[in-house]
Amino acid sequence: MAALDPAPPGRGPAEVAAGVLELSDLTKRFSAHGRAAVDGISLTVPAGEVCVLIGPSGCGKTTAMRMINRLIEPTSGDIRLDGRSVRDFSPHQLRRRIGYVIQQVGLMPHLTVAANVATVPRLLGWDRERTRARTRELLDLIGLDPDEYGPRYPAELSGGQQQRVGLARALAGDPPLMLMDEPFSAVDPITRERLQNDFLRLHRAVPKTVVFVSHDIDEAVKMGDRVAVMREGRIVQYAPPAELLARPADDFVADFVGADRALKSLSLTRLEDLDLLPAPLVRAGDEVAAVRARLESGELEPLGGTVLVVDPGGRPAAWIPVARLEGQVRVPADAGQADPVLDRITTLRDALSAILESGAAYGTVVDGEGRVTGLVGLDEIGRAIRRPAEVA
Amino acid sequence: MARGNEIDWDWLQRNQDDIQTYTLQHLRIVAIAVGVAVVIAIPIAVAVRRSRVAYAGALVTSDLLYTIPSLALFAILVPVLGIGDMPVLIGLVAYSMLVLIRNTVVGLRSVPRAVHEAATGMGLTRRQVLFKVELPLALPSIVAGMRVAAVSAVGIATIGVFVGAGGLGELIYNDGINRSSPFLTAVLAGAVIAFVMALLIDLLLLGLERLLKPWARAGRRA
Repeated sequence: MAALDPAPPGRGPAEVAAGVLELSDLTKRFSAHGRAAVDGISLTVPAGEVCVLIGPSGCGKTTAMRMINRLIEPTSGDIRLDGRSVRDFSPHQLRRRIGYVIQQVGLMPHLTVAANVATVPRLLGWDRERTRARTRELLDLIGLDPDEYGPRYPAELSGGQQQRVGLARALAGDPPLMLMDEPFSAVDPITRERLQNDFLRLHRAVPKTVVFVSHDIDEAVKMGDRVAVMREGRIVQYAPPAELLARPADDFVADFVGADRALKSLSLTRLEDLDLLPAPLVRAGDEVAAVRARLESGELEPLGGTVLVVDPGGRPAAWIPVARLEGQVRVPADAGQADPVLDRITTLRDALSAILESGAAYGTVVDGEGRVTGLVGLDEIGRAIRRPAEVA
Repeated sequence: MARGNEIDWDWLQRNQDDIQTYTLQHLRIVAIAVGVAVVIAIPIAVAVRRSRVAYAGALVTSDLLYTIPSLALFAILVPVLGIGDMPVLIGLVAYSMLVLIRNTVVGLRSVPRAVHEAATGMGLTRRQVLFKVELPLALPSIVAGMRVAAVSAVGIATIGVFVGAGGLGELIYNDGINRSSPFLTAVLAGAVIAFVMALLIDLLLLGLERLLKPWARAGRRA
């Protein structure tokens, strides 16, 4: 099977196909007569999709995940990755081809960040040069400078940075499948949101099949292409998040999803899906005379008497009142604030929260490189609520 | 001739070759004993680390060994092993077991669950987990155990003189105490050398212990 063979040298991460994962009639009993922890579940995760397993504690979601990489052996049923049973491989061979991220990260404290990331490539027997290149590539990908962070020890990193390294380590062997067990639960809410967004961006660049265990319905709705709600070892509903919110299968799901389903559906839409308000942009260092001409021609329309200064790279620097340009030759670079700055893959729910929290009228929306693409205010979000997301 | 309560520097000078020989004999006994003890204790610790019962058994056994008075133990071993180094070496190995097994098991068990889980989940075999994760993380704790074992071995090895093992016991007992009137200079010389030896070994191993955990220093720096 192609997906379980080690990637050939020199291939980029996006070139290895993600695998189709099928669980069929999977059951686990920890004791012969006890209740089944996982009770005959079947589900298919299409290649490249994120499947979130969610449910109250003890519902069997973690047990189900741990059977996929054979940390737990099923009592009955089968698991196939790209059509091939996981039992066809020895457990450690299988695990080297499945990325694994856990809540407490579990970085090896005695190894540097670079050595941690290199763990699976080394187990797979990659040569030194390829391993080194891959490690650098991944540290770059998760936003940690390889030269600065590679030689550090895990104890020198913040919780969020450690979880990023955990993610890089899981991706290092270029696995067709990733298992993530509540990966972002142990960090503060702001870091969690950033990690979720980073993961989503990463997943677009490097589409892997992902099984993601969560107990947080907001996270499930935000991260999942499909969500499996579990209860007492069974899957109660397996559906895309929009359908889960719009048509809960029963009272349990409705309860679990919560009364504020309408508010949660804000997580289904991202800023990039909105019609954004064009930002009145001026570039730091531009001549004030030129700005004035744009104002007079009506091409530049200030918002509340202010314009948004961006740096030469197009990244937001500050809101400044037009009046402050009086008497200046060039647009100054460093005054005021442009917060909140929101990545365009931010969900409306997170954006709304950030705008309310900051007290600003508008959030500045940026693309993956940090360049301003527009503005979002309560009106733009309100319009999206009144025109509800289509349900599959 | 100096009086009994003054240091006889002249005697020390005349006997410096012997003193050097005794010191090296002593150091050799301690080094071999602790080295052999480590080689025996680590596999035992690895074997019992996961089982509460086996670990308790290993601790009780080594604890019982530890309670045998050294003079008695050496004397018991002489009929079996003859006089010389062997009874002392075997005795010191036995005494080192308790602290070495305990420290090794504590070190092996100090590996956080999440680290264990992640290592297994990434596809390390049990053997790889032991050699690449558990033992490296336990090493500082093992060296800390070696410090305790070595320092006590320096003291206990002086008893070796009674079974003909040589070492600093020669100075303290044969040259110092076992005379018509005790010779303070020889007793003090043996004691001071033993003290300095223990101190140096301790510092050396402390340095090694630090060297083996650069990650802990990194953590404090952050």
